[in-house]
Amino acid sequence: MLEIKNLHARIAEDGTEILRGVDLTVKAGEVAAIMGPNGSGKSTLSYVLAGREDYEVTEGDILFNGESILEMDPAERAAAGLFLAFQYPMEIPGVATMEFLKVAMNAQRKARGQEELKIPELMKRVRGAAEALDMDMGMLKRPLNVGFSGGEKKRAEILQMKLLEPALCVLDETDSGLDIDALKIVADGVNALRSPDRAIVVITHYQRLLDYIVPDSVHVLYKGRVVRSGEKELAQELEKNGYAGLVGEAA
Amino acid sequence: MNIQTQIRRTAAEDALLQAFADRSEYLPGDTEVAERRSAAVELLKRGLPNRKVEAWHYTDLRRLLSSVPAFDLTAHAVPREPLLAGSAVLPVLNGVVGEAEVPEGVSVASMAGKLTDGSLASLLAPVDADDTVSAINSAFAADGFAIDIPAGAVLERPIELQNVQAGGQVHTRFAVRAGEGAKATIVERQTGEGDALVSSVSHLDVGDGAEILYLIIQEQPEGASHLGQINVRIGKDAKLTLFVMNAGGKLVRQELRLVAEGEGSEFRLRGVNLLSGETHCDVTMVLDHVGPATVSTETIRNVVTDKAEGAFQGQIRVARQAQKTDAKMACNTLLLSDEGGFSSKPELEIFADDVACGHGATVTEIEADHLFYLMARGIDEKTARGLLVKAFVAEVIEELENELVIEALEAKLDAWFAEHG
Repeated sequence: MLEIKNLHARIAEDGTEILRGVDLTVKAGEVAAIMGPNGSGKSTLSYVLAGREDYEVTEGDILFNGESILEMDPAERAAAGLFLAFQYPMEIPGVATMEFLKVAMNAQRKARGQEELKIPELMKRVRGAAEALDMDMGMLKRPLNVGFSGGEKKRAEILQMKLLEPALCVLDETDSGLDIDALKIVADGVNALRSPDRAIVVITHYQRLLDYIVPDSVHVLYKGRVVRSGEKELAQELEKNGYAGLVGEAA
Repeated sequence: MNIQTQIRRTAAEDALLQAFADRSEYLPGDTEVAERRSAAVELLKRGLPNRKVEAWHYTDLRRLLSSVPAFDLTAHAVPREPLLAGSAVLPVLNGVVGEAEVPEGVSVASMAGKLTDGSLASLLAPVDADDTVSAINSAFAADGFAIDIPAGAVLERPIELQNVQAGGQVHTRFAVRAGEGAKATIVERQTGEGDALVSSVSHLDVGDGAEILYLIIQEQPEGASHLGQINVRIGKDAKLTLFVMNAGGKLVRQELRLVAEGEGSEFRLRGVNLLSGETHCDVTMVLDHVGPATVSTETIRNVVTDKAEGAFQGQIRVARQAQKTDAKMACNTLLLSDEGGFSSKPELEIFADDVACGHGATVTEIEADHLFYLMARGIDEKTARGLLVKAFVAEVIEELENELVIEALEAKLDAWFAEHG
């Protein structure tokens, strides 16, 4: 489903190269974990996948269902089925959360040639998804993410992910800032989305999240490249020995 | 020494004086009104203000008012659907009152009548030599409405004053008096379809304990020049929310002159300026806190596209006896074009020593982070930008608390963004 080939990317503003030849393949139905120390390029990789303009791809390609997405803008990528759960979701004053969900859901449906959802059906879906995440509907009347706690923001991201039904979910440090109860709720939300025709990429610094979202594959990103790939045991090995041992090996 | 500092008149200045010479004998009024008109014309003979006049620094009227059309007495204007469903509509159609719906318990008179019998002659009084809007209007004002809302009246239906132009020159005067404890929503619509010169001066007296929501909605076509002014007195413990929306016109000056006279009165100004094309739009407020313990907040939000230029001058004067005054003013601009601009000039003059006054101004662009976030959810760039721009001004509208009003104004926003977004 996702093939990243020799991907090089730099910060558009100052030309600093962050990704230096990432290779990664994630199949439909697979949950892949990307781990790595701070500054290894994890968040950059998620932004480049989503199409953020602050980064320039200088070499390589990203194929989604066999087609390059490099020429697509973020909205087109989302409509094609890619979803990024942000590490730091933006607070957007003046845009009501419910209104935002309505516009986003219907924009994607329209782009996919589906009929737009009417308000009652939309409300029903939102209510159902919110309940499963133990979210208060009152929150959805507030402006998007404004005044939400860290945990509420992460839940709101997962809520959006559930409602938008993407084919490829990329979760950027979804565990940061969550206590253990919130972590379990968020992980349950993600696990509920596991399906044979969906791929999930979990980006994390710590192994903790992977106790709750058990990956099929683990990839270690270091200095902008995937230096090691393995099965879920690799995460435990990293937890035990830290990145240092592995980095020595890679160097 | 005899130095003649006679400046050559502009075509617009000549046209204004010529129009007065042509029209004066047909204008309504008793002797006092006629004298006041002549006095106003004397002011106009000194020429239109340029940018050296402080009050007109951001709007060089002498340069910007490049031409003045002749009166067009054959032009025909039709009333508009009211902003708020169910309103009693009082239309002025190309300068002459049309058929008015008189709300129950409210007394309504034509301004022409009030000028003919001289009972409102005192309104034709520019406050100083720079009060050009009042001078032009005082010289020419022929009609409008005078409305009296009796003490204690609570009006269920909003009142909508419409000033609809169809071209030429239109000079309208409105006067609204809300008695003690009265409650009402009043809409002032300034619109039309011609390349007119419009002046519209209003007077609003908010009696003790009254609660008034007054909305000025200016949507002139892109060829029209609009000179607006509202003069307000706020009584003891009274509450006034004044909402001003400018969403049209070629040259727009909207002056707000307010006196928070009564102790404990509350005043809110909420303004939205949607500027596109080559509009020049200036909102100038002078607020006097005279009574003690008066509270005011002023929030102005501007969206600037194309080559539009805007300005907000906000002057707050706190008199010596107006202790415990609390005033907060903010002017925020979203600049969507490199060719547009907005100037903000806050001015505080404080003569009391126990007051809290503050002001702030910002000019920003759409935040790239916000845009990326919305697009990452599949919302196309144009729609995402539209949502963010609308959010920026909708925040101010939502403070009005009245659902009917909020919905109607948001519909106006949507219509504007559909055309200019």
